[in-house]
Amino acid sequence: MRNRHASSQQCWMLLSLLPALAVGLAPVVIALAQQPAPHEDPLTLSGEAGRSGGRLVVSLRAEPKTLNPVLATDAPSREVIATMRADLVHINRATQLTEAALAKSVKVSSDGLQYTVTLRQGLRFSDGQPLDADDVLFSFRVYLDESVHSPQRDLLIVGGKPITVRKIDAQTLVFQFAKPYGVGERVFDGLAILPRHLLEKPYQDGKLAQIGTLSTPANQWAGLGPFRLKEYVAGQRLILERNPYYWKTDTKGHRLPYLDELVFLFVPSSDAQVLRFQSGEADVISGLGAENFSVLSRQRRGYTMVDAGPGLEYNFLFFNLNDLGGKTAPELARKQKWFREVKFRQAVSAAVDRQAIVRLVYQGRGAALWGPVTPGNRRWVDTEIGHPARSLDKARQLLREAGFTWTSGASGDPALKDAEGRPVEFSILTSSSNADRTKMSTLIQDDLKQLGMRVQVVPLEFRSLIDRVMQTKEYDACVLGLVSFDADPNSDINVWLSNGGTHLWNPSQAHPATQWEGEIDRLMEEQLTATSYEQRKKLYDRVQEILAAFQPMIFLASPDILAGAKNTIGNFHPAVLEPYVLWNVEQLYLRNGAANGGR
Amino acid sequence: MIERRKLAKWLVVLVALHGLIACAGFFAPYDPVEQDRELPYARPMKLHLIDTQGRVHMRPFFYPLRIREGSFDQYDEDIARAMSLKFFGEGPRYRLLGLVPCRLHLFGAAGARICLLGTDGYGRDQLSRILYGGQVSLLAGLLGAGITLSLGLGIGAAAGYFGGWRDEVLMRLTEPFLALPWLYMLLGLRAFLPLAVSPLEAFLLIVIVIGAVGWARPARLVRGVVLSAKERDFVRAARGFGAPNRYLLWRHVLPETSSVLLTQAAILIPQYVLAEMTLSFLGLGVPEPLASWGNLLANLQQYSVLTSYWWMYLPALAIVPFFLGYLGLASALQEWADPFKVEGGRERSMG
Repeated sequence: MRNRHASSQQCWMLLSLLPALAVGLAPVVIALAQQPAPHEDPLTLSGEAGRSGGRLVVSLRAEPKTLNPVLATDAPSREVIATMRADLVHINRATQLTEAALAKSVKVSSDGLQYTVTLRQGLRFSDGQPLDADDVLFSFRVYLDESVHSPQRDLLIVGGKPITVRKIDAQTLVFQFAKPYGVGERVFDGLAILPRHLLEKPYQDGKLAQIGTLSTPANQWAGLGPFRLKEYVAGQRLILERNPYYWKTDTKGHRLPYLDELVFLFVPSSDAQVLRFQSGEADVISGLGAENFSVLSRQRRGYTMVDAGPGLEYNFLFFNLNDLGGKTAPELARKQKWFREVKFRQAVSAAVDRQAIVRLVYQGRGAALWGPVTPGNRRWVDTEIGHPARSLDKARQLLREAGFTWTSGASGDPALKDAEGRPVEFSILTSSSNADRTKMSTLIQDDLKQLGMRVQVVPLEFRSLIDRVMQTKEYDACVLGLVSFDADPNSDINVWLSNGGTHLWNPSQAHPATQWEGEIDRLMEEQLTATSYEQRKKLYDRVQEILAAFQPMIFLASPDILAGAKNTIGNFHPAVLEPYVLWNVEQLYLRNGAANGGR
Repeated sequence: MIERRKLAKWLVVLVALHGLIACAGFFAPYDPVEQDRELPYARPMKLHLIDTQGRVHMRPFFYPLRIREGSFDQYDEDIARAMSLKFFGEGPRYRLLGLVPCRLHLFGAAGARICLLGTDGYGRDQLSRILYGGQVSLLAGLLGAGITLSLGLGIGAAAGYFGGWRDEVLMRLTEPFLALPWLYMLLGLRAFLPLAVSPLEAFLLIVIVIGAVGWARPARLVRGVVLSAKERDFVRAARGFGAPNRYLLWRHVLPETSSVLLTQAAILIPQYVLAEMTLSFLGLGVPEPLASWGNLLANLQQYSVLTSYWWMYLPALAIVPFFLGYLGLASALQEWADPFKVEGGRERSMG
């Protein structure tokens, strides 16, 4: 093993030296290196065939904290890691369906409990080491190890029991589930296969967290993704280079990726990212707000802007429905009487002008929401949920039915009073760092003023906001947003289950507080083990309908995924699933070759 | 005589400017928090006297804006509908000087909104917001300066008049206040206070925070004046006749500080307006939807606003006449109080 590794490295060095020595021979040699060897079994990607070479510069909000896929939780780390790792089965971000990746095939037993995975032939890590079933076994052992605290672990617990993995031979493994798993092979997406030859020793020594950090030397880190680590300059950039052993080819049999280098620049604010993109320092931009998108669209100079449609982010207003028992402040307890009243929430929902939110906050580049699933989640959205237009009359009627009355306020405007004659006043928390949500809250404030409710908007720093919502529970109402990580009901299961940690309006309940929350629990559990898409869809539709009827969250709007790239970049097709632009990074190429590589 | 005329001139200018802001409700055509969701980021509308057919109108008129199809912030003038301005008509309710309920407005228009200085992202009239925002900013400046000067006068007079260990302690106390960078101090002070407060509380907090920071320099100036005043012959004489401290301070010493205090006030007020703007700009001032000049400028923190909507800069221009007025007043005051020698008031305070 060790020898083979050494010789292959030498061989690679020789290949890279040759072009310098004999210029005439160079194209032939490179072409040979880029053709897969006969015993390999690469995945051929359809789509436009590009040309090799060049570098792509991408800006990143913050420095990634780690390159270790087992431990990464922050968005920048995940974005970088996504270009350096591969999974057994992958979700195609464009079609939102699964496709075979490192696994050549996945066979599911008739009872839905056994998944037999056959690996591709001739797979190699980015350092040239071959991959076999032992690496896969090792990877799942690490993910399932409680002491590692991997965020992926929860996904691998089905029916209360962890998945078990058995090796059949060097290319074949069997995954055993305790219960049928509705998500099916999507569970494998994002679970990077780890290099056992590099990680086994640190893992056994309990030092897994120390490896795969940014200071790890490039030759001590390997993955199966299209790129591998080259250089890290603290505070400035991270440079990845082409993985010469990558296991995908284009339609012409040319080994991917096309790009020689992928550079991540650390640019802290989105406005600064726009400036970098405008000045040509960065080649692509994603995660754009609508305002910056229109600024860039107006001054288009050699780049293309794409509106990929609504993504999976849903923004909503919710009220504090926590049952704090005797600890509740009397003032909050009084307000909770309104918040617990379904008609009050329905009235607020009827009064909110969602179209204005889409128009004024997202400049029309978004979709109004009446349920939790965005139109971007094409396979799961319940199209039966109604889209009632804003109606203050309906809102007033609902409030009247719930015992609210109006009196003339100090300034002559009507003021809403509850059954006990107290004025309806509450505050809405928003994150001060999110201008979009602050703007939504200001619009809602004005909408509710027309019902006679006095609402204050309180922008808070994000951490203290989360602390109030999840820990101290000292708040009236809050505007937040969530992004589903996958177009599947399970990605939000912790939001809908009453014992879920992100069941925001009343998290981690021992028993469902209301009958309808119990009903959602039952439906979510049922869809978890249902195996056919039609069955699951029916169950999840019901969940969406219950949420739309009882309005524990008043769903507001979902922004479009907006991205841009220089015109010279080929195969640029932003998706609505993360990573929006780099999901097909192996297929991105520079139309005019390496001409801009020197920047 | 020249000094007096100069002083009167600047006073008239300032009174006029403050009157404009104090009667914002009358001069502003709309309620500053009223949104027009069909009109976000509308550019300032033009007033015309001659229409497309070349006819001359007696009253100025405008063409209402119509949003361009498929656009968010691009508008066309609706030339078919010439709307004339109505002067002294009825409009939204307001309270004149915060007291008298009133509906009379200087101008307005029926059937369409006239936004002479454009609108913001919620379609709120920028002119109304600047006028109403001025009330918050100027009042914060005036009250803040009042607090500072009272503190400065009290502490400075006590230190200068009584001297000895009292002087030592008080003057050592001023030193950290002089040395600290005031902006960071304002931010630090504000951070101690609760975030979720009602608009009135937020306003009072900001006034107290601003007022409590800058007292050290006026205190030093007052102390200097008091030190020299208490050694004047007529003060010594009064003391010799057995006048008590309170009488001496009130009758003979403090009147000597009036010119310093007036000059200081003229310098501090615009500075405190700026301080309020800074805090509001950073999101620590009065909350949305209320306007203050700093709040209005906070829109410019977004790159897209900075590059796309020039009229969002206008609140920054609004402060210019006020600053000129106050600084002109300060120098006129100084010349009037003491035309031959320059002292005290010229000194730069608060960075």
